[in-house]
Amino acid sequence: MEETQHAGASTGTFAKIWIVLVALTGAEVLLAYLQVPTLIMLTVLVGLSVIKAALIIAYFMHMKFERLSLFLTLFPILIAFILLMLMFLGDAVRIPSMRPPV
Amino acid sequence: MSTESRAAASFWEGGRSPYATNSKKLGMWLFIVSDSLTFSALLFTYTYSRVANPNWPTPFHFSPSIIFASVMTLCLLSSSLTMVMAVDAMNRGNRKAAAGWILGTMAGGAAFVVLHLNEWLNLIRNEHITAFANEFGVPLFGATFFALTGLHMTHVIIGLIYLTIISQGIVRGKFKAEDVEVSGLYWHFVDLVWMFIFPLVYLMSAKV
Repeated sequence: MEETQHAGASTGTFAKIWIVLVALTGAEVLLAYLQVPTLIMLTVLVGLSVIKAALIIAYFMHMKFERLSLFLTLFPILIAFILLMLMFLGDAVRIPSMRPPV
Repeated sequence: MSTESRAAASFWEGGRSPYATNSKKLGMWLFIVSDSLTFSALLFTYTYSRVANPNWPTPFHFSPSIIFASVMTLCLLSSSLTMVMAVDAMNRGNRKAAAGWILGTMAGGAAFVVLHLNEWLNLIRNEHITAFANEFGVPLFGATFFALTGLHMTHVIIGLIYLTIISQGIVRGKFKAEDVEVSGLYWHFVDLVWMFIFPLVYLMSAKV
């Protein structure tokens, strides 16, 4: 994050970011094709998605070249709220074992 | 009083722009943050329903579903690239080039919608999955899947309308560079959301 009044990235940089995004997507599709175990698959896919999201926000959405104050106003609270939604994961995991046998 | 402390005092006297951005851009960012929470809630709903139902359907065959969804991802990613090119052209004052790049962006978005509708019809006709029932006996799959992807497709369609208005306006000399940038923010957000839907919904339920 830069505090300077940066004009932004060049079109060459945008093209490079696009290539990285397409390559990461290709890696995700390959994982699905190889039928990797679910938990490993989920961890890797979420990880790669977060990296892709960060690249899109930083470069395409120009956040890397905005003031740090804008980033700090928008993102920490958003991430905190999204993480709060993990609160119900325990319930989701418990439900199958709580169902009466058919 | 030193120069520094005088500068610090004047910071709180109003008339400053703490984010060094225009109000339209800040408004769009605030919308994006709230919309992210809506999509997060739907993605969590889908994922939790999946965790809670061990017999969750895996109707996404590698061919055609995953291949279609991959091409759709490529369409959206490429449309994001053309959108930054449009913003770049507009910043350089080249309105004609900006309108051209936006048209390219809209072509990517339109291709996405057509492919996605095709994918929906494939699920409905060949896999017999609707929003209320399916042969796997897990009606929650259709409900969460169509709600999530339907809301996303609605966003893409609204984006297409938004970009039509912007591209028509800039050709006629209306709108400033910041307006194109704000429409770009919206479009990248739609792309961003798909970067989570594609792996978590399609790839996690792929059937080779």
